[in-house]
Amino acid sequence: MSEPGDIAAHLSSPKQRDEVLELGMWTFLSTEVLLFGGLIMTYMVYRHADPVSFAEAGRQTRIVIGTANTAVLLTSSFCVAAAIQAGQAGAARAVKALLAAAIILGTIFLGLKGVEYAGEYRDHLVPGIDFMQSGPHTQGVRLFFIFYFLATGLHAVHLLCGIVVLIIFLRCYRQIVCHPRYLAGLRTAGLYWHFIDVVWIFLYALIYLPGRSG
Amino acid sequence: MISWRPSNSLILCWVALMVLLALTVTLAYQPLGALNFVVALAIATAKTALVMVIFMELGSRPGLVRAFAGAGFFWLMILLWLGLVDFVTRS
Repeated sequence: MSEPGDIAAHLSSPKQRDEVLELGMWTFLSTEVLLFGGLIMTYMVYRHADPVSFAEAGRQTRIVIGTANTAVLLTSSFCVAAAIQAGQAGAARAVKALLAAAIILGTIFLGLKGVEYAGEYRDHLVPGIDFMQSGPHTQGVRLFFIFYFLATGLHAVHLLCGIVVLIIFLRCYRQIVCHPRYLAGLRTAGLYWHFIDVVWIFLYALIYLPGRSG
Repeated sequence: MISWRPSNSLILCWVALMVLLALTVTLAYQPLGALNFVVALAIATAKTALVMVIFMELGSRPGLVRAFAGAGFFWLMILLWLGLVDFVTRS
C-alpha cells in the first residue's frame, strides 16, 4: 500500500519507514536496559555486601501480590503479541479485544501495586517517609526498600506510559487497523510493552524471592 | 468476520512462562543455600529469552533488528561485568 505524502524526505519507501521504527525502538530500549541495569547492579553490590539483610527484607515483601502481578504482566504481553498477529491476519475485532485486555491487565497490575505500597506504608517500610524497623539488620533492610521503591516506582511509570500508548493505538484502530503502517507502529509499541515485562521478570526475582527458604 | 486464533507458538510460550513462574516460586522455598539466587536468576533469564524470541519476535526478525537488540544486551554485560568484578572478587 503506497502513501506518498506520508513519508519523510530522508526515507525512500514505506517499507523503510516501517523498518526504522523497529530499529529506533530497539535503540531506545538499549538505553532503558542500561537505566535499569545500573539499578540492578547497585542491588547486586549491596546484596553481595549484606546478603542476610536482603534475605530478611525479601521475606517482608508480599509474594502473593508479586507473583499475581507477574502472571498478570506476562499475560498482558501475550495479549499484545497476539494483537499484532491478529492485525497481520486482518482480524480487526480481535486486535481491539486483545489491546483492551492488555490495557485492563496493565491497570490491574498498577492497582495491585498500589495495594502493596499501602501495605508497606502500614508496615512502616517506606524509607524517607515512615521507616521503623528493629533488629540488627535495619540498615540493610532500609537499603533494600530504597531499591524496592525506586525500581518498582520507575517500572510503574514505564507501565503507565505503556498503557497510554496502547490506549492511543486502541483509539485510532478504527480508521487504520491492519494497515501496514499501523501494524509497524503497534509492533514498536509491543516491543516497549514486552520490555517492561522483562524488567519486571528480573525485579520479581530480585525483590520477592530472596530469603524464602530461610 | 475473519476467524482468527493466536499461533501455537504464542500459546505455548504463555504456558511455558506460567510454568516457569510456578517453578521459580516453588524452588524459592526449597533450602538450596546460595543456589536459590542462581536458580531464581536462571529462571528469570529463561523467561526473558522466551519473551524476546517469541513475543518480541526476535526468532523471526531480520539480522539487522537482532543486531540492534543484541547491542543493548552487549552494553549491559559490559556494565555488569566491569561493575561487579571488583566487588565479587574482593575478600
